[in-house]
Amino acid sequence: MIELYGIQKSFDGRMVIKDIDAVFETGRTNLIIGQSGSGKTVLLKCVVGLLEPDAGDILYDGRSLTSMNKRERVQLRTEMGMLFQGSALFDSMTIEENVQFPLSLFSSLSPLEQEKRAHYCLDRVGLSDSHKLFPAEISGGMQKRAAIARAIALNPKYLFCDEPNSGLDPLTSITIDELISDITKEFNMTTVINTHDMNSVLTMGENILFIYQGEKTWEGGHEALYHSDNERLNEFVFASTLMKRT
Amino acid sequence: MALFYHVGRYSLLMYKTFSVPQRWKLYFKQTWKEIEKLGADSLPITLLISVFIGAIMTMQTQMNTENPLLPRYTTGLVTRDTLLLEFCSSILSLILAGKVGSNIASEIGTMRITEQIDALDIMGVNSANYLILPKITGFVVFIPVLVVFSMFSGLVGGYGVSLFTDLITPANYIYGIQYWFIPWYVYYSLIKSVVFAFIISSVASYYGYYAYGGALDVGKASTNAVVNSSILILLFNLVLTKLLLT
Repeated sequence: MIELYGIQKSFDGRMVIKDIDAVFETGRTNLIIGQSGSGKTVLLKCVVGLLEPDAGDILYDGRSLTSMNKRERVQLRTEMGMLFQGSALFDSMTIEENVQFPLSLFSSLSPLEQEKRAHYCLDRVGLSDSHKLFPAEISGGMQKRAAIARAIALNPKYLFCDEPNSGLDPLTSITIDELISDITKEFNMTTVINTHDMNSVLTMGENILFIYQGEKTWEGGHEALYHSDNERLNEFVFASTLMKRT
Repeated sequence: MALFYHVGRYSLLMYKTFSVPQRWKLYFKQTWKEIEKLGADSLPITLLISVFIGAIMTMQTQMNTENPLLPRYTTGLVTRDTLLLEFCSSILSLILAGKVGSNIASEIGTMRITEQIDALDIMGVNSANYLILPKITGFVVFIPVLVVFSMFSGLVGGYGVSLFTDLITPANYIYGIQYWFIPWYVYYSLIKSVVFAFIISSVASYYGYYAYGGALDVGKASTNAVVNSSILILLFNLVLTKLLLT
């Protein structure tokens, strides 16, 4: 479980994240939604420790991220997996080497065991035939799946996804969403997803956090989303013609 | 103020870079790759430029010293000393600042803007240590080899002029390059080249590591890396000459 208390973040005197409290529960897919520029990515980067919040605290199963020393942070990071918007696979490595990379650094597995684990993760995301290919040789959807395989290689407790569907067609997006949902349940992870893809919101949003101009303005499940009287949320959710029809 | 900002940030990055690698095996593997990529791959251009510069230097020295009072070995001696003292360390380093510096800055810069460095940080990897240290050590270790090859090929270029033109006889040239040889000049050149290699690799890494934005910004980072490392090479050339030769 991840708990956020009073998270604030400013850049050049402009407050981008304003006093956000939230709880992301284990075994659930927690979504952060909001318009572009609302502060979703900044919040996610604060949660994973890529940015230091100006105020507030982040607890990982009771362990405070802000008061951790360098060694404790490195230890915590081995418990995290992250799927980046652009996949962020290492260009100079094959898909298999990408997945094996965190294992070679942080596990005590032998090279043969690391290879087996990498194959298992790649098989799990449906990339059993692409082990020896480089990231540039596979499609965007396959890159996302390879990035998921790398993120789960160390069996993380926490999975973070930044816009997992960006640049993907609707069918591939659904495949990626299903994969993230299944993996969350299978490995009992705390999953936090940053998205503005409404299909993802409606299919996998067990706990949704709506951010407007850096403030948390609504929180709830995807069923409650339809019946909310929050004006900003309704504007965001029903912006597309398709959503208006539903 | 900008100067202090860059010096401070550069120093902090170097502090982060020069820490104990998380896995020595991985570090040596990376360093070996960098020796091949930054060092060995620079050998053809080094040889080519050195042969031509050696030849041109011999021709120009001979054509500008047609004074009967000057001994016949002057051309060989001047060519040798110019190559040893200045060309094979300083001018070669300026050329390599363009080739190696832009390579390092663009590689690390691209990794930054495609979130590959963030991915390393999230995994708990010291990204500066993992990416930059092997580049610095690889290039610093290999540059003396390039300098020695440059010295020999420059002298061979001059010998080619003596063989294929009637400007100078091979005997006079050979006598000249052997006359009053000071071994310290070779060490002086090697010491300078090691310092310059550190400047090129660390400054280029600095600009690449802190690149942000898009492809255009990576290009800017690459240009800044080449320009600033060239200025620093000229500055340190002056300082080292004062320290080592006077």
